[in-house]
Amino acid sequence: MPVLTHLEAVRQGIWEEMERDPSVFLLGEDIGVYGGAFKVTQGMLEKFGADRVIDTPISESAIVGAAVGAALMGMRPVVEMQFMDFIACGFDQIVNMAAKMHYRWGPAVPIVIRGPSGAGVHGGPFHSQSNEMWFVHTPGLKVVVPATAYDAKGLIKASIRDDNPVIFYEHKFLYRRIKDDVPEEDYLVPIGKARIAREGTDIAVITYGAMVWTALEAAQELEKEGISVEVIDLRSLVPYDEEAVLSSVRKCSKVILLHEDTRIGGFAGELAAVISEKAFEDLDGPIFRVTAPDTPVPFSPPLEEYFLPNAQRVIDAARRLAAY
Amino acid sequence: MPTRVIMPQLGESVAEGTVIRWLKKVGDKVERDEPLFEISTDKVDAEIPSPAAGTLTKILVKENQTVEVNAVVAEINGEGPVTAGVSVPAHEAAPHPSGVPAPPRDHEPAASPAGAPLIAPAPSASAEGAGPKIRSSPLVRRIAKEKHVDLALVKGTGQGGRISKEDILKYVAGRSAAAATTGSVTPAAPPPVKGPSPIAFSRQVQVVPMTPMRKQIAEHMILSRRTSAHVTTVFEVEMTCIAETRAQYAAEFERRHGLKLTYTPFFAKAAIEAIKQFPIINASVEGDNIVYERDVNIGMAVALDTGLIVPVLRHADEKSFLGLARAVTDLAERARSKRLSVDEVQGGTFTITNPGVFGSLFGTPIINQPQVAILGVGAIEKRAVVRNDAIAIRPMVYLVLSFDHRVIDGAVADQFMAKIKASLENWSEAVQ
Repeated sequence: MPVLTHLEAVRQGIWEEMERDPSVFLLGEDIGVYGGAFKVTQGMLEKFGADRVIDTPISESAIVGAAVGAALMGMRPVVEMQFMDFIACGFDQIVNMAAKMHYRWGPAVPIVIRGPSGAGVHGGPFHSQSNEMWFVHTPGLKVVVPATAYDAKGLIKASIRDDNPVIFYEHKFLYRRIKDDVPEEDYLVPIGKARIAREGTDIAVITYGAMVWTALEAAQELEKEGISVEVIDLRSLVPYDEEAVLSSVRKCSKVILLHEDTRIGGFAGELAAVISEKAFEDLDGPIFRVTAPDTPVPFSPPLEEYFLPNAQRVIDAARRLAAY
Repeated sequence: MPTRVIMPQLGESVAEGTVIRWLKKVGDKVERDEPLFEISTDKVDAEIPSPAAGTLTKILVKENQTVEVNAVVAEINGEGPVTAGVSVPAHEAAPHPSGVPAPPRDHEPAASPAGAPLIAPAPSASAEGAGPKIRSSPLVRRIAKEKHVDLALVKGTGQGGRISKEDILKYVAGRSAAAATTGSVTPAAPPPVKGPSPIAFSRQVQVVPMTPMRKQIAEHMILSRRTSAHVTTVFEVEMTCIAETRAQYAAEFERRHGLKLTYTPFFAKAAIEAIKQFPIINASVEGDNIVYERDVNIGMAVALDTGLIVPVLRHADEKSFLGLARAVTDLAERARSKRLSVDEVQGGTFTITNPGVFGSLFGTPIINQPQVAILGVGAIEKRAVVRNDAIAIRPMVYLVLSFDHRVIDGAVADQFMAKIKASLENWSEAVQ
């Protein structure tokens, strides 16, 4: 079975969907001739033609607006945000148009907005954010965050086939750093189902995206100290697998919620509330969060390192929680 | 839909009110806005009108009782007064003077002759009133509730002495292991008296660590008190008939079966017959369910010099009088000679104890969990009693039943005892 990187897996997924369904087409900045800033769409212009791989002006608002329009006419556009940070420029088109049309007057808006998010590459504040919560908070959108190459392909395909607007977060740090066995055939990973990345019994670490790898690194260390850590990879934030979360909490009785996103208004807060409400009597300790602090992502490498949650911080939290 | 009548707030800063007088009784019809009760607050006294028309079905707060503003004081058009409502009003409404406390929200000792203090039945997962607050967690408290664990008995190894999940699970495992080995006083188990040696301190005391059996008994007794709503009822039974029967058959019985004919099988048989008529006596409580046990396994308490043990006579209802007599004698003998097996001390559904053997007139036995009743037999003594308006001397005995008022009401307990009394006083069964 071929081994693909996270980036190659996304590319293959998009490629297969383009082949499978002629209504699928791509729009984005530099995705055609240049093959995309990160080369995700490399080769696609040559293969599928300029009608289906469209280089756009630098205007996220226009890109998303055009995509929404095309979706209303029966197409299935896949929009690339060169950096997910720039999605803010298309915000109104997403939250007020794409997210609400089906609710308001009926038509489906089957668009996918995908792009690289996250820090760790010294990208600075405008090229490193994790802004998924803006869209988790907006009803009418799905939000998907794969952590592995296998899931990246399965989920991009599932997202393209989904009739709802889907915001699809790739992680720029993971793009070339993680590899996986990725089957060549057509397969889907369901949106809304989590994955148990590692089984454990003492503490459940619930996370998504690049932090799944951080959690696994911490878990391996903690194993040596006799603390058995379970890692749950959410894979989707809207909808998310509440049952998997609660099941893991019930099993371990202690939980750490981990994300690269900043603290206030991060997904951990939402999960903490649900866990406390629905699994109160299964908790043998308080719910801990490990997140980035509430600041913009620093450019300075030592500051960025300090900013990002790492395995050591997870280990420290786990030790404190285990001793509670 | 029943209408709840609440203690009104008569002034902005008023937090509570006292019911001075009920102007209607339970069962009375009342019109909307008709004066229903009088209250006194620290600002003002007032007559409170009824919020609805209908029948006053429940009074929850008695005269001269003080409650918080918005507390429910009565119910209109609810279920009839005899139906059990929330715990306490049912006590009030029970027609039979079972000796259970009447005042709501209070669990004071009843004025019953046995004087059994009625302890709040909730298994104390939070160990209220047990002194300093016991730190645990929601999970630990849930486990404590499910497994009937008194957290005051669990050692906490978490931060600040907190009881962690591991701590309570270890405790529960240890407890069932101890229960499995209790009573297996076969040579395999350590004889209870060995080991602990007295330690003398400069205070004039001698500290003797509890034996495992003693610890087990201590725990079980406290647990039982915290689990069941103990009430004890006492009956006096004339033993003339039994005494005569016994006198008549004793010699023959011993010759034929090699067994002494004691009083015990008579009591056991009478209890078994009564259990057949009142199966709730042979039940247990699991959460919100009453579990009726099909088998009648009678535990017979035996005093040992090292403590107390309750060998169980299984399927007692299937035995003849002779079978009972044999089994009772055999179990008692093997209990004293420490030859009982583990499953001979488990699985009981009802227990008979005999405080009378040492001269006690009657006791107030503690229920053997998870059962719901225990029969105590006092000393059989000749007493002066009144028969046909004349004094007669008869052999009498006090029989007591401690029962769990969560599931057995006084009426049922007393009917059960009345049946036993009738059986014993009119014994006609064959004794061979």
